[in-house]
Parts: sequence; C-alpha cells; structure tokens
Amino acid sequence: MERKEKMINVLIHAILIAVSITMLVPFAWMALTAFKTVTESTSVDPFVIFPKVWRTDSFVEVINNMNFPQLYLNTILLIAGRVICAVLTATMAGYAFARLKFPGRNLMFSLVMFQMMVPGQIFIIPQYLMISSLGAMDTIFALIFPGLVTAFGTFLLRQSYMGLPKDLEEAARLDGCNIGQTFLYIMAPLTRSGMVALGIFTAVFAYKDLMWPLICNRTVMPLSAALAKMQGQYSNNYPQLMAASLLACIPMIILYLIFQKQFIEGIATSGGKL
Amino acid sequence: MAKTGTTTAKKTGKRFKMTPREKNECIWGWLFILPTMIGLIILNIYPIFKTIYESFFKTGDFGRGNVFIGLENYKRILTDGEVWQSLLNTFKYAIVEVPFSLVIALLLAVLLNRKMKGRAAYRTIFFLPMVAAPAAVAMVWRWLFNSEFGLLNNLFGTEINWISDPKIAVFSIAVIGIWSIIGYNMVLFLSGLQEIPRDYYEASSIDGANGIYQFFHITVPLLSPTIFFVTVTRVISALQVFDLIFMVMDKNNPALSKTQSLVYLFYDYSFINNNRGLGSSIVVLLLVIIMIITVFQMYAQKKWVYYN
Repeated sequence: MERKEKMINVLIHAILIAVSITMLVPFAWMALTAFKTVTESTSVDPFVIFPKVWRTDSFVEVINNMNFPQLYLNTILLIAGRVICAVLTATMAGYAFARLKFPGRNLMFSLVMFQMMVPGQIFIIPQYLMISSLGAMDTIFALIFPGLVTAFGTFLLRQSYMGLPKDLEEAARLDGCNIGQTFLYIMAPLTRSGMVALGIFTAVFAYKDLMWPLICNRTVMPLSAALAKMQGQYSNNYPQLMAASLLACIPMIILYLIFQKQFIEGIATSGGKL
Repeated sequence: MAKTGTTTAKKTGKRFKMTPREKNECIWGWLFILPTMIGLIILNIYPIFKTIYESFFKTGDFGRGNVFIGLENYKRILTDGEVWQSLLNTFKYAIVEVPFSLVIALLLAVLLNRKMKGRAAYRTIFFLPMVAAPAAVAMVWRWLFNSEFGLLNNLFGTEINWISDPKIAVFSIAVIGIWSIIGYNMVLFLSGLQEIPRDYYEASSIDGANGIYQFFHITVPLLSPTIFFVTVTRVISALQVFDLIFMVMDKNNPALSKTQSLVYLFYDYSFINNNRGLGSSIVVLLLVIIMIITVFQMYAQKKWVYYN
C-alpha cells in the first residue's frame, strides 16, 4: 500500500514538473534569445540553445532606441492613475451600495451590474471620440481615461463591506461620528484587503491592456503598445525583440514574486474579468 | 378608487416626511456614489447607446458628417464573407481554448489540492503567464513557432508552419491562449475545491472508492457551480480574443483571413479603415452573440450544476 502511494506521489510530481517546464520554457527562451547575436538566434545547423557569449548589446540597443525609461514612466503613470481613481471611487460607492439606504440605490446598482455584462469593446469608439474631441490624444490622461471609474471594483468592494459586522458602525454612530467619519475611520480601513485586491487587479489589467493604448495615442506609449509598434519595425531582429519583451515583463514578474499571495488573490477575485 | 388614493397619499406623505436620519443617509449615499455614477454614465452607459446609434450610420470622410443608412451596415456584415469567416475563426479559437484550458486547469487544481512538497512553487509557476504582458507573450510564442528558426520545429525536427498555414494557425494561437490562462483557471478551481469538506473523501475512501471515482462523483458535482462560473467567463472572454491575434499575425501573413477574430475585425474596420459605423455594427453583433450564449448557458446550467 505504502509503495503504491509513493508511486502515485512520484507520478503526480512528474506531471506537475512537466507542466512547470512548459510554463517556463517560453520565458527561458525569451531570455536566452535576448543574450544571443542575430546570427546565433537564426542558426539552424547547429541549432544554438545557449549563447556562446552572453551579450547585453540587444538590451542596450532597445533601451536607447525605444527610450525604455520613458516607457516605464508612462506605464507607471497609467497604472498609478487608474489604481488611485478606481480604489477611491469604488470604495466610496461600494460602501454606499452596501450599507446606506437611499432612494435610487437599486436603480443605480443595476446600472453597475449592466456595465459588467456587456463586452468592453462597445465602449471604445465613443471613448475614442470623446478623447479626440477633448484634444487629449497622446496624453497620459487619455491612457487613464477608460479606467477613471470601475463598475467591477464597485461591485467587489460592495461585497467586502457586506461581509463586515453591523455593530461596529452602530457603535461609531452612537459615539457621535457622522456617516462620513464612520466610513473614513471605521469601515474603509477594514476593507483594506478588498482595496488591495482591486488595486492589483486594476494594475495588472492596465499593464496588459493593448487595444486602448494603440487607439488613443501614437507617441505617449505604455510598454504593451510600444512592443506592438516595435514588432512592426524590427520584425527580424529577434534578440532585440526578446530583449524588449523581457524588459517589459521583468518589473511585473518581480512584483508578482514578492507579493504572490496578494497577486493571486487579487486577480482571482476578479472572476474572469481579465 | 378611494383606496388607491389614500395609499398614494400615504406613500408620498412618507416620502416627504423622511426622518432627519434618513435624509442624512440619502445625502451621504448619493454623495458617495456620485463620482462613480457620473463616470459610469459618461464612460460606459452613454457609449453603449452611442455605439448602437453609430451602427446605423456610414462614417463620413474627413470633414463630412455621418450619413444615416439604416440597416445597411448590418446587411453588409451579414452578407460579407469576411465577417462570417471571422466569426468562424472566433468560434474555432474558443472551442479549442475553453475546454482545454478548463480541463487541464481542473486536473492541476485537483493534483495541487492537498498537502505536498512544492505546492506553492507549482502554483506560482503556473500562474506566471497571467502577469506577463500579452504583447510579450505573443512575441515569444511567435518566435517559438517560427518555422525556420523556431525552437519547436528545431527541437522536434518538424517542419510545420504553425502560424502561416491557414489550416492550423488559429489552433496554434489557441495554444498560446491555453498556456496563458491555465494558471488563472486553476487558481479559481483551487479556491472552489477548498470549500469541499474533506470528510466526503474520507467517507468514500472507507467505502473503497478510488481517486477517479471520487473525482467524478464528489469533486465534479460539488465543484459544478465554480466550473459553471469559470466556463461562462472563459467563453465570453475567448469570444473577445484580440491581443494574441493582433500580435502574432502580420498584415501579410497568408493565414490572416483564417485567424482574424471578430474583435480584430472591429479594430481593423474602426481604427485602421476609419469606418466606425461598420465597426460599431460588428461590436453590436458581438454583444448579441455573447448575450445569446450567456442565456443558453444559464438555461443549460439547470441540467448539470449542483447547488446545495
């Protein structure tokens, strides 16, 4: 019996390791190619797996040509703008929808739910027309624009407020806090994990978004759109393309490895919205 | 008559006689939701109607206004082979991506749902593609798929045109989709699995049930609400595939017409060819398809989803 269990255990690990390799190979190949010369990357006979010399030329080249510091800055501003707006507006609205009674509440909440049910592409043309009539194309504001508020985030934070006990709030009111103070000092701090989840989800979503950045600008690009543009220009220089991809992925991967638990929970609570 | 009169009076009377506390709550409530609601109406609700409205117009060229053309855009997309082909491509993508990513993710979740060495490490690795930019993911896969210099053909000694053979390109892209989403589905399944009481498995083990029997008679039925939820959301987002196709397929790739999805066509019509009327009608078509499929799934769930 015990032997059989051991065998099964080995088998399970073998499967999991095989899947792990499948998940890691593309990243490894990205890195290996980035350190090669163009000749090495396109050598077939013999097929080169490891570069003879680990060259950083491609990295230097793309950092200068694509102005990577600027791309990082644009991406950070895009992410920061969307996260701040989403968390601020959604935490307020989530609290009101979960805990306050007022006429029109159900109607407004059904609008929130309605937004979540339609495919996102339906918003894009009118949003583009708004940005272009505001004369805000090619700005950081244009990148942030569709994420100024969030129906999904409102829904998510409403859920976390609904899970909190009622007596805390009543005690605060009896002590003379008004609704604003109760929210700010008592309730909002208790939904910190919900806010973190929303923040991470918003950040990853903003980082991965490709279509909107392609549409709303030609010059002020985040990483995703810049990679797309670069692919058109250097279509055969794979070491450079891979170096740029690696540079675009690394910061998020490092953050993910540090804050794994929050990342996985944050993205998983999004429930398929990504 | 008199009766309804009094109830109305009562109702309105009650409305005007809000207690100060209720009034206070109403003001705060609206104050709190106002930023979200204003943003939502401008950014989302109005655009839904605006897009539907635009779909009845031909987009004017520079300086000229839009021309009302009624259902012409819809007539065009319903008779256009390109649109039907893209619809077929989208379905082909979804039919491969969704079942494979769900089944593999479910199996991995079951394997990981116990105390074992390296559990956290496996989870971290499987989830990794979720935090990589799709643009970068698509680029590296395009490189792996490269028919001359790519790792896949050179490693396996094959000569397959993964992404330029019109017959298989859409499936190659689905492979990228599966690879990208497995970890995410797995995490959702894992959190569902954690809610299934251990005793069920223990009791059935005593009765002599093996792992495979338990999987089909305990895990799948008890996890069915999660499976249902993940399936619905995966189907909807697979039907909206864009990034991978946009990044992997060049404009001059011979397989482009056999891979471009509905959303790709929407982007192409609206922002490359600047025919936003036609683009709008495509997105309305997408909306209708997603609604039909969602309603169908909601109906079908009664047949197999088990709620306790």
